Amino acid sequence: MGDPPPDPEPRPQQPSSRRSSQVSQRRSRELSQPPPTISEEVPPIAFDGRVLQSGQGILASQTNLQDWSSGPPLTQQEMFQAEEAQLGGVEYTSLNMGFQPQPYLEEGGIQAARNASLMLQQLQQGQGSLFQQLDSAYLETQPNFLGQFNMYQGEDLQFNQGALHGPYMRDDPALQYSPSELGFMPFSMEVPEPEPRELAVQNAKAYLLQTSVSCSLSLYEHLVNLLTKILNQRPEDPLSILESLNRTTQWEWFHPRLDTMRDDPEMEPNYETADRQKALFLRSGAAGEGEQEMEEEVAETAVPNIMETAFYFEQAGVGLSSDESFRIFMALKQLVEQQPIHTCRFWGKILGLSRSYLVAEVEFREGEEEGEEEEVEEMMEGGEGLDTHAEEEGEEDEEKVTDVIPKPTWKPPPVIPKEESRSGTNKYLYFVCNEPGRPWTRLPHVTPIQIVQARKIKKFFTGYLDAPVISFPPFPGNEANYLRAQIARISAATHISPLGFYQFGEEEGDEEEEGGAGRDSYEENPDFEGIPVLELVDSMANWVHHTQHILPQVRWGAH
Amino acid sequence: MDAESLLLSLELASGSGQGLSPDRRASLLTSLTLVKRDYRYDRVLFWGRILGLVADYYIAQGLSEDQLAPRKTLYSLNCMEWSLLPPATEDMVLQTSVVKGRFMGDPSHEYEHTELQKMSEGEKVFEEEVVVQIKEETRLVSVIDQIDKAVAVIPRGALFKTPFGPIHVNRTFEGLSLSEAKKLSSYFHFREPVELKNKTLLEKADLDPSLDFMDSLEHDIPKGSWSIQMERGNALVVLRSLLWPGLTFFHAPRTKSCGSIYVGTGEKNIDLPFML
Repeated sequence: MGDPPPDPEPRPQQPSSRRSSQVSQRRSRELSQPPPTISEEVPPIAFDGRVLQSGQGILASQTNLQDWSSGPPLTQQEMFQAEEAQLGGVEYTSLNMGFQPQPYLEEGGIQAARNASLMLQQLQQGQGSLFQQLDSAYLETQPNFLGQFNMYQGEDLQFNQGALHGPYMRDDPALQYSPSELGFMPFSMEVPEPEPRELAVQNAKAYLLQTSVSCSLSLYEHLVNLLTKILNQRPEDPLSILESLNRTTQWEWFHPRLDTMRDDPEMEPNYETADRQKALFLRSGAAGEGEQEMEEEVAETAVPNIMETAFYFEQAGVGLSSDESFRIFMALKQLVEQQPIHTCRFWGKILGLSRSYLVAEVEFREGEEEGEEEEVEEMMEGGEGLDTHAEEEGEEDEEKVTDVIPKPTWKPPPVIPKEESRSGTNKYLYFVCNEPGRPWTRLPHVTPIQIVQARKIKKFFTGYLDAPVISFPPFPGNEANYLRAQIARISAATHISPLGFYQFGEEEGDEEEEGGAGRDSYEENPDFEGIPVLELVDSMANWVHHTQHILPQVRWGAH
Repeated sequence: MDAESLLLSLELASGSGQGLSPDRRASLLTSLTLVKRDYRYDRVLFWGRILGLVADYYIAQGLSEDQLAPRKTLYSLNCMEWSLLPPATEDMVLQTSVVKGRFMGDPSHEYEHTELQKMSEGEKVFEEEVVVQIKEETRLVSVIDQIDKAVAVIPRGALFKTPFGPIHVNRTFEGLSLSEAKKLSSYFHFREPVELKNKTLLEKADLDPSLDFMDSLEHDIPKGSWSIQMERGNALVVLRSLLWPGLTFFHAPRTKSCGSIYVGTGEKNIDLPFML
């Protein structure tokens, strides 16, 4: 490309100026205005719909720089050439400076801006490769309006400044482009015309570089990224995973890497859990007074050795992973520190729909009943008071009515009183938590009616203790009660030990009397020697239940 | 779960409480490698363990290059010696559907089932009770097949379909993102699609044919038959099937690790709709 020798130059000036006016009128988006009016209209937002009527205006011709859509390259060049001639030099210098800080340009726009700025730099030095730049920039798509607008914005601002100094700077002999003087380029443009092949290559590249209104990326960029990725990663057999790679690269455009300064929102729960569990670990290393207290109670530490039991369970193929067991151990330790606990045992894990439960079986120290029990009783008494009130009112109403409605003779079966704490099914207290590190919640005592109903229904646990249990027959209570009832049933039915491991505690009083009531407590038999494993495996006779079954009327009793 | 990442997978799937003892784990590592060599499988999966009264069955499956092709199933009682099981047929499934209760643990055990069959002798048509013997091996095959068809899970994007037909492991699968991992629609049944053709055109337009060629878990009946939980904060997502209790599928979001294991009694939870 390049200019034809100076001969045709004077000639195209008129047709080009004519063309420029045509072009400018044709176009609907003329931004720039002649200098005198620029200061008024520079709020550069008002881009749209203003057709510049000053076809011969310097700045109209400036916009022609960006009008790539019209005409074949050669004539365009001529137009440029002629119009460049008309542009004031001041504008160029200021334009040049104005082009540097344009971070808001989009990608394609950046290309255009870069080309344009290069172009202008060339203009100052001489127009050696200016038109080459123009040519490649010409091949950029026309819809790249936004980029152009941004450029215009900068240009407008610069024009503003330039406009103030315009008349004086034009006479500056250092400037080469004063309209009056420009009849020919300072030095001849000896760049030869592009070969057809080269032109085809450039056309193809321009096509690839085009971006659409909906997406600011060009195919060219995408392919560049894709190939770079493949070359960097060098996967085996890339052809077969080409589509996946393509999709991944596309996906990456819409999911930019987050700022390192900002927290990744998706990872927040991870970090929270980790913080909570870190607190678990730190508590275990209690310093100072805590240590002294622990030393005194070392003989009677309530926390069971979870790791040891987990080891044995693992040999059987049952159990949680070792780090989860350790965390449970830490959590139990935390529980022991918080509550006045005499003995503690990890009962197990119950899986739920949204969350799971970790259950700890606990016995309080003597006389350390929590106040919760009393509160519950008070509430019950208050409830009964209300009931009697209602009954009285009902009776009054009935007296007024002439027809006496027969009172039903049905009386609900007497409510089986629940067993007291520390006896029977409520011998142990149960604490649950959802995850090691979360606070432990105490489960209420179980009532016989709940066990009866629990035998009749089969429901999943959701993981939330206050969730209602919707079933038929209706279960009296929420999930916490259901959980407690199931725990009671499981414990009663499945706790076994080898024969002779436990012996019944010696009790004062007549054995005859005790025999009827059943034997409540058991303790480890110090004389237990252990039964060889083979005998244990052979028959079931060597295994016994050491807790008592729950009878149909839901009392502990011998079976 | 893949035999190559067996230890890690077992660790991640252990939240359900059932796992393997160390000696079994060690023997699995060696024996599965040998199985892969002997049978020339592309991938060997440790499918899981079916608990029997007397003994447990350990099941493994071998896959060829095409991931959705019918798999070969092997079982073992001691994790060392593996025997190939015959492929499941519909007759088998029908036959064994009458057998209820636990597995015995002895592959040669035969269940007896009395059926009323119409026999005609001459002109008389009468029903006679026929005792049908069903082998435990057959029952094993059909149960494994049912579990695979019903609840084998794979995350979306882990496999992709090429225009030439076979289905490959997607090596660029980076794992599901956290928001996707919590949704049931990002997990597929690892089997030939059944419901895909019933989708409306509008739904199909949103699908990507190279990735969405299997049924998703979203439309499983009964609704809610999957329990999806995040463990360890958001570091692990665990899906448990409620229809076949004992099937656990785990996936660590944003990583490639995923796998499923079945450890259970091999009984379908018929009471599921009442339990939800």
